[in-house]
Amino acid sequence: MFGWLKDKLTGFAGSLRDLPDYTESPERYKALRRNIIILMLLITLVPLFLMGLINHYLYRLTMQEEIVQPVKLLVNKTRHSFELFLAERLSAVSFIASSHSCEDLANARNLSHIFTVMKKEFSGVVDLGFLDPNGVQVSYDGPYRLQGKDYSDQDWYKETRVRGSYISDVFLGYRKLPHIVIAVERSGIGATTCLGCVLRATIDTNRFMELIASMRVDPASDVFLLNKSGVFQTPSKFYGQVLETFPMPLPPLSYEPNVVDIKDSLGREVMITYAYFESLPFILMVVKPRSQVMQAWYTLKTEAFFVFAVGVLIIFVVIFKLVDKLVKRLEESDLKREAAYREMQESSKLASIGRLAAGVAHEINNPLAIINEKAGLIKDLVEFTPDFPQKEKLLPLTGAILQSVDRCRTITQRLLGFARRMDVSIQLLDLNEVIEEVLGFLEKEALHRNIDLQLNLAKDLPRIASDRGQLQQVFLNILNNAFDAVQDGGKVAITSFEVDMDTVGVSIQDNGQGMTPETMAHLFEPFFTTKKGYGTGLGLSITYGIVKKLGGEIKVKSQLGAGTTFTVFLPKKALALAGE
Amino acid sequence: MTKMRVLLVDDEAEFVSALAERLNLRGFDVQAATSGEEALEKVNAFSPQVVVLDVLMPGMSGLEVLKRIKKTHPQVQVILLTGRGSWDGIQGIREGAYDCLMKPIQIEELMQIMTSAVESGGQNRAEEGV
Repeated sequence: MFGWLKDKLTGFAGSLRDLPDYTESPERYKALRRNIIILMLLITLVPLFLMGLINHYLYRLTMQEEIVQPVKLLVNKTRHSFELFLAERLSAVSFIASSHSCEDLANARNLSHIFTVMKKEFSGVVDLGFLDPNGVQVSYDGPYRLQGKDYSDQDWYKETRVRGSYISDVFLGYRKLPHIVIAVERSGIGATTCLGCVLRATIDTNRFMELIASMRVDPASDVFLLNKSGVFQTPSKFYGQVLETFPMPLPPLSYEPNVVDIKDSLGREVMITYAYFESLPFILMVVKPRSQVMQAWYTLKTEAFFVFAVGVLIIFVVIFKLVDKLVKRLEESDLKREAAYREMQESSKLASIGRLAAGVAHEINNPLAIINEKAGLIKDLVEFTPDFPQKEKLLPLTGAILQSVDRCRTITQRLLGFARRMDVSIQLLDLNEVIEEVLGFLEKEALHRNIDLQLNLAKDLPRIASDRGQLQQVFLNILNNAFDAVQDGGKVAITSFEVDMDTVGVSIQDNGQGMTPETMAHLFEPFFTTKKGYGTGLGLSITYGIVKKLGGEIKVKSQLGAGTTFTVFLPKKALALAGE
Repeated sequence: MTKMRVLLVDDEAEFVSALAERLNLRGFDVQAATSGEEALEKVNAFSPQVVVLDVLMPGMSGLEVLKRIKKTHPQVQVILLTGRGSWDGIQGIREGAYDCLMKPIQIEELMQIMTSAVESGGQNRAEEGV
């Protein structure tokens, strides 16, 4: 017998040892939530950012190309026009110089005639003059009085004498007006006296302005012609007048139209498109503010950024919501698992304690029975023998022994009641007795909270074959709920009654807070609880399970604010169902 | 009125002797047995109306004794006694015992059950209750 007890104890201790540690801290979920959010944000945002950046650069490149290309073409075309214009004038002067004799050209009347024809054929020609080998203008026709002027000191004259023909930069000269000179030295063909004579024509720079105007650039842009020393040949809107110096370093030499991005003297970001003239000392330059050039790009960029920002925001919101929900679910399911685990743990603990208790109770009950009978016999002998000496003294003594035995019996029966909580074991029992046993656990609370316990137990209730321990659990759970539902000083009424030939019923009615239809709908679901913080949500589902197992039924009526009535119907014989 | 013949069976001799004497005092014709084998002999010899039988006994168990009595003397009412209630009791009632009582017993309750057992004449209490 002691060996058996020892086995039970070892088994019980073993089951306690094997319990895993289930301490879950809220920090664990916070960390989990943070990590998942970071991971998901990284996974979604990093590729998005990369794509955004790549697109940004590609688009900018394309856009720039699209904006720059037409300007380059325009620059190229206009440069061409300039070159053509000057080349034409040069050819004309050259032709005149070659096709006329020195005498003709030196003759003022002849020159005047030639000039008149030339002016008609070639626009922009202001005057025409013929210089003798000493650089003195011997004949002249035009709006200024320049006959007899000595040009031998002037650069253009020297250059012409060296090169044979020359197109000058814009300069002021004797007339004090900006102009350019196209000069050709007469070749040595014909009379030797003609050697070193120079025919020169002056071109109005207004013609340059017309060419530039024909480019039709927008008002924010600036177009001008520079010479190779950076002196303005045509006026600029922003950087200076004719013959002033370009206030920035000249861009690198390029005969193809080229683009440089610089900060100009006014502090603006500008895009300069330029081309050097191939045979002339000029640079055509278009200056556009970047802000204006990239207008379309900025618009696109803003739109793209807006879409990007909205996308990122949505991703943030979705991820946060999603992860929040996910982690909450996880937390809930962990909690449920934990609760179920604890319940199981509790059950196995109770089962172990129960078996132990059963063994102990049985061991005590046998000697207790002997004491009971012996004391009973003494009492009988005293009672049944007339005039027994010291009868008055002996009877209370035996009575006290029997009462003590009764107390012990109550204890062992309660222990056995717990023992049977886990295993279904059918016995004949008095339902009223079971209810009273359960109330034994709750009397203290009822007293303390001044709860009015009304017992309406049917006196002639037939004994039923059912499971005592399980029924104790059922009534304990329902009564616990009733006690939780009522206020201090509330009322709980317990009624037992016979329903029909096969069924008895027990109803437990409280005048507590009652339940909403929502609560009613989930009442028997596992893990559903309204006792936030301390309920496992298992009590009523276990209760329901037990009653079903015993072949019975539970009915609930509840009205919010008025109270709840649980009625348990039990078959008189649970034998067939649970007799395994 | 003839005395009701009762056979008490329990391996605890002290328990049986005391209970037998108490029932005697209350007008029952009581015999006692302290093992299953002795009980079966006395059922034949004494032909009791009621057998009060302990479930947990060394050697032949109370349930075995119950089965044999019910086979040979189905009219004899058997009331089981148990120290641990529950499972032996229900098994016994299935085997035809009239009722099952938890030790220690109240003699008034036992007498009442014995009387109703004899009056019912065969059925056990669970069936009677229906």
